[in-house]
Amino acid sequence: MKNLDKKAYLKMYTYMLKIRRFEERAAQLYGMGHIGGFCHLYIGQEAVVVGVLMTIDKNDSVVTTYRDHGHMIARGLDPKRIMAELTGREDGYSAGKGGSMHMFSKENNFYGGHGIVGAQVPIGTGIAFTHKYNDEKNICRTYIGDGAMNNGQVFEAFNLASLWKLPVLYIIENNKYGMGTSVDRAAAGSELYKRGEAFGIPGEKVDGMNIFKVIESADKAGKYVREGNGPYIIEVQTYRYRGHSMSDPAKYRTKEELQNYKETDPIEIVKKEMLKKKFANEKDIEKINKEILDEIKNAADYALNSQYPKDSELYTDVYI
Amino acid sequence: MTIEILMPALSPTMTEGNLTKWLIQKGDTVKAGDLIAEIETDKATMEVEAVDEGIVLDLLYNEGDSNIPVNKVIAVLGDKSEKVEKEHSTNNMESDSNEKTDEKKEIKVQDKKNTSVEDANNEEHLTMREALRDTMAEEMRRDSKIFILGEEVAEYQGAYKVTQGLLDEFGSKRILDTPISEHGFTGLAIGAAFKGLRPILEFMTFNFSMQAIDQIINSAAKTLYMSGGQINCPIVFRGPNGAAAQVAAQHSQDFSSWYSHCPGLKVISPSTPYNAKGLLRSAILDNNPVIFLENEILYGLKGPVNNDKNFTIPIGKANIEQQGKDVTIVTYSIMLHKSKEAAKKIKDEYNLDVEIIDLQTLRPLDTETIINSVKKTNRLVTVEESWPFGSVGSEVANIVQREAFDYLDAPIIKVNSADVPMPYSLSLEKLYLPQVEDIIKAVKEVSYIK
Repeated sequence: MKNLDKKAYLKMYTYMLKIRRFEERAAQLYGMGHIGGFCHLYIGQEAVVVGVLMTIDKNDSVVTTYRDHGHMIARGLDPKRIMAELTGREDGYSAGKGGSMHMFSKENNFYGGHGIVGAQVPIGTGIAFTHKYNDEKNICRTYIGDGAMNNGQVFEAFNLASLWKLPVLYIIENNKYGMGTSVDRAAAGSELYKRGEAFGIPGEKVDGMNIFKVIESADKAGKYVREGNGPYIIEVQTYRYRGHSMSDPAKYRTKEELQNYKETDPIEIVKKEMLKKKFANEKDIEKINKEILDEIKNAADYALNSQYPKDSELYTDVYI
Repeated sequence: MTIEILMPALSPTMTEGNLTKWLIQKGDTVKAGDLIAEIETDKATMEVEAVDEGIVLDLLYNEGDSNIPVNKVIAVLGDKSEKVEKEHSTNNMESDSNEKTDEKKEIKVQDKKNTSVEDANNEEHLTMREALRDTMAEEMRRDSKIFILGEEVAEYQGAYKVTQGLLDEFGSKRILDTPISEHGFTGLAIGAAFKGLRPILEFMTFNFSMQAIDQIINSAAKTLYMSGGQINCPIVFRGPNGAAAQVAAQHSQDFSSWYSHCPGLKVISPSTPYNAKGLLRSAILDNNPVIFLENEILYGLKGPVNNDKNFTIPIGKANIEQQGKDVTIVTYSIMLHKSKEAAKKIKDEYNLDVEIIDLQTLRPLDTETIINSVKKTNRLVTVEESWPFGSVGSEVANIVQREAFDYLDAPIIKVNSADVPMPYSLSLEKLYLPQVEDIIKAVKEVSYIK
């Protein structure tokens, strides 16, 4: 990985902060009743997806879980249309039919947004199969929550990916809890990155609160996969500040645990480094903060001013 | 004393076999366990071992003889002192009749009455499995995005030989043997379809699709809708559905109504080589996920096909298999053949003209053809292999009572399998499945014939 320049730092900081501000605003709109159903926030985990973003080719494919808002922002998708989807409006990425958990953008190679734990893993493996079948040099980044690492289809997909040497990078976002059950209480032998060993898939663990470590690992793993060596697993140790979803009070963990993680906040790490390297001063940062706050506020306004889908849309998009 | 060696049944649905090679000659001494012949079944070519010992007195078939019925005598062993018995012939050596074999023989394809004259030039007789295979091959030649995956589809040539020869022509990139991981490889195929490929996924039987049903429904059927029309899933899930022969509860289940329940899926169930070909081509060309429910017992069924490489039968269109004015039977798949047999007997015994509608597609359902028929006959019987609760017939009955209530002269009767898991024993299996007599009884009942 070449040294990260000023532009790269600004990119990292901007995307991470944009995700955080977006999620905070989504929480507010949820509380006001504008967003319904399940809504899973990404606050605390920003370094994972933005770290991987720094190593990505735009023709690479991405598929992820239902905790997908941050993934879409990192994919360069428009926060206005993401928020419109969250609020169930016709301008949303899924025209108001998918909601928070089921968002897609085919033109940006973003294949969801999947609501069933583990289901995205064979799907991402199949997208990688297509890259190989079409002799493309691209890879599919398939994100997996720690909870899904106990789901059978994940291992079926690992086996197929290794057997057929598919260009798929599996990224386990280990945020310590599958809903309210800690990894230790759910996974026998909780070193999740080692779970590919039986299939001959190399894996490694990385500190997901530190974006620089994520970038280093994702870059190395991405190259390995792109060179045709088959799949690779990285387990990113991260933490969500909020509950599993908006309706989760997160009583299964202590305030001290949360506080400890907040002290190593991934956005603060980037900010400090940026100041230290003199890529930005406090004033520059304040300006960025203000711009992002405005952009997200505009996204919320846009969403709330967007129309609900027409009644006739109920029966469209069932068949093509 | 002589010992007769019979044509063995080497698979649950085998009714006849081909003698590809003798591994013994007249006069040879054979010991138990010696290989004696190679037999080609409906699924594979297998070696047959001797169970008894003796001198080969006679071989009653030549290498290359085909369609030798199960339980026919194929060779005779004897003691050294015995001479070859000249009177052994294939004609008088029929052994005890096998009920299972007879039952399978009941299913014969009849000439398609609805085949138009223009089609006649393109007609050829093929088995169902050949018709399916040829259609896949033709489309694969046309579109490099089509590939086939499933258990034993490549090197083994297909568990039921439907994919026979395809590996040779298309290679291992496009004909892929999978591990026994239905959930995983189904999800993989769906991901490939999202990304623009056109997979044909073979379930060795649809019973195993239960392992993958989350991916089929939650991913394949719903993603077009959930993505606001962005991501479609052009995939065909195909394989045998329903009962085979004595494979019992976990391997004999009809999934027609399970899949027909779900918006986003199209569901097809062919009954003859003719409609299998036209419908499978439509399924492969369709841009939606299609469930294509074949029937193992029908794989060997031979009949005319239309060989035009552009021939399709539209999805969502039923076929009026035979016209009649007195009672309508709505059916599909293997039950078409039992319904036809029942209709013939009903004509002979009660002089009733039964109209038979072969649904061909279960979703979307051709309600117009059904309703028009009921308006003409005023009586309806549905015949299918699935369990009775919430079956395709249940939905047909619902639609007809709503759309043609005033035309009905009798309550609608559904003929289904027994509402129990499939039993193993041959006698119970027969009782479980709808039989010709059950159909006749239902037709009499809606006609108020005692």
